[in-house]
Amino acid sequence: MESLERILVEHPFLKDLSPEHVHLIVGCARNIVFEPNKFLFKENEEAHEFYILRSGKVALEIYTPEYGPITIQTIGEGEVLGWSWLIPPYEWNFDGRATELTRAIALDGKCLRGKCEDDHVLGYELMKRLASVFEQRLYAMRLQLLDVYSGTTPKIKK
Amino acid sequence: MDPMIPHPYKIQRVIKETHDTFTLELKSIEKNGTFSFAPGQFNMLYIAGIGEVPISISGNPTKNGSLIHTTRAVGTVTKEMAKLKRSDVIGIRGPFGTNWPVKEAEGNDVLLVAGGIGLAPLRPVIYHILSKREYFGKIILLYGTRTPQDILFRKELEKLKSRLDIDIYVTVDRATRAWNGNVGVVTRLIPRAPFDPINTIAMICGPEIMMRYTITEISRRGIASENIYVSVERNMKCGIGLCGHCLYGTEFICKDGPVFRYDQIQNIFGKREF
Repeated sequence: MESLERILVEHPFLKDLSPEHVHLIVGCARNIVFEPNKFLFKENEEAHEFYILRSGKVALEIYTPEYGPITIQTIGEGEVLGWSWLIPPYEWNFDGRATELTRAIALDGKCLRGKCEDDHVLGYELMKRLASVFEQRLYAMRLQLLDVYSGTTPKIKK
Repeated sequence: MDPMIPHPYKIQRVIKETHDTFTLELKSIEKNGTFSFAPGQFNMLYIAGIGEVPISISGNPTKNGSLIHTTRAVGTVTKEMAKLKRSDVIGIRGPFGTNWPVKEAEGNDVLLVAGGIGLAPLRPVIYHILSKREYFGKIILLYGTRTPQDILFRKELEKLKSRLDIDIYVTVDRATRAWNGNVGVVTRLIPRAPFDPINTIAMICGPEIMMRYTITEISRRGIASENIYVSVERNMKCGIGLCGHCLYGTEFICKDGPVFRYDQIQNIFGKREF
């Protein structure tokens, strides 16, 4: 547990969080390893965890009947993966597949939600940090939608 | 030598890079026709009866043999150019414009960020740096493109990746499971790229919107405006700052650019009026 606490303290997502709060979060955390091609989660499954990736890479995929699974984004070392645990109905919207050996800290969403309800200061701190992750992903996804390398201007009807 | 007169070059080889990009290897057919350039400069390529287009030089500046251009078949002239074959002749004027700050970058880490066809104008920088590798710190190339099939100079990138003295990260905007690499915009590679922001010179080339977002991200990492360089593209015609087609604020892209230090154009870069 001590090494888990040290890993979490050093992670940018939890940087500058008080030792008491880190200690509370550690109570909901566990080390986890995913072999290549192993799914962390699948669409519509209950989202009971989120992940802080320590190494490796996870592909977020959507299954399409025409092309099979399409990767919409990859999440890599040092990044935070998943926020469906936070928003009802607590179900994953995509598949998450490890594309290589992936080591992560899994945080139990139900456990964390309970602690955030009990301690609103912790809740607010976590929400601020997650909001920053949302903002970065949304920003990147908007740029991705622009399809800037297509070489043609998107056809927008007036 | 009159910079307005095209010189004849014979096509030695045409390389199909991707479904819509190609490379021309050219050689002067004039007596004593040698060609030297600095990384980042461009030529005007002329097809008789069709027209002339500015295309950056994508070859090795440390070698004096062939002149190499890589471009995408997207407009009238480049679509015709894509149909050319070995032994066909085209006209060349140049080299024109400013160059990437390879001299200023010595002693620093170098961050190269390329988007799509924007890798072509940065390739001479890679050749230059690797020819004088000991003069530079870490070399990091971040390259983003549309799909795995659109990766430019793929074999060369794979070969470079096997070197231990350059870090290369590639990402694509969309992919199927056949692609095991990164998916997402190139800016997502920046937070984890291993450079020292205080001692890094960044060179960025790609669609202007991609460059804007890249600047935002690398500035967050702490690279100062005066250490960021961008290659700006506009409608260039004469190549020597006479015709005014490429006027950008108070600068002519063809003469004062295409490579600009970011702090020198910061007030107009990305502004819709320019």
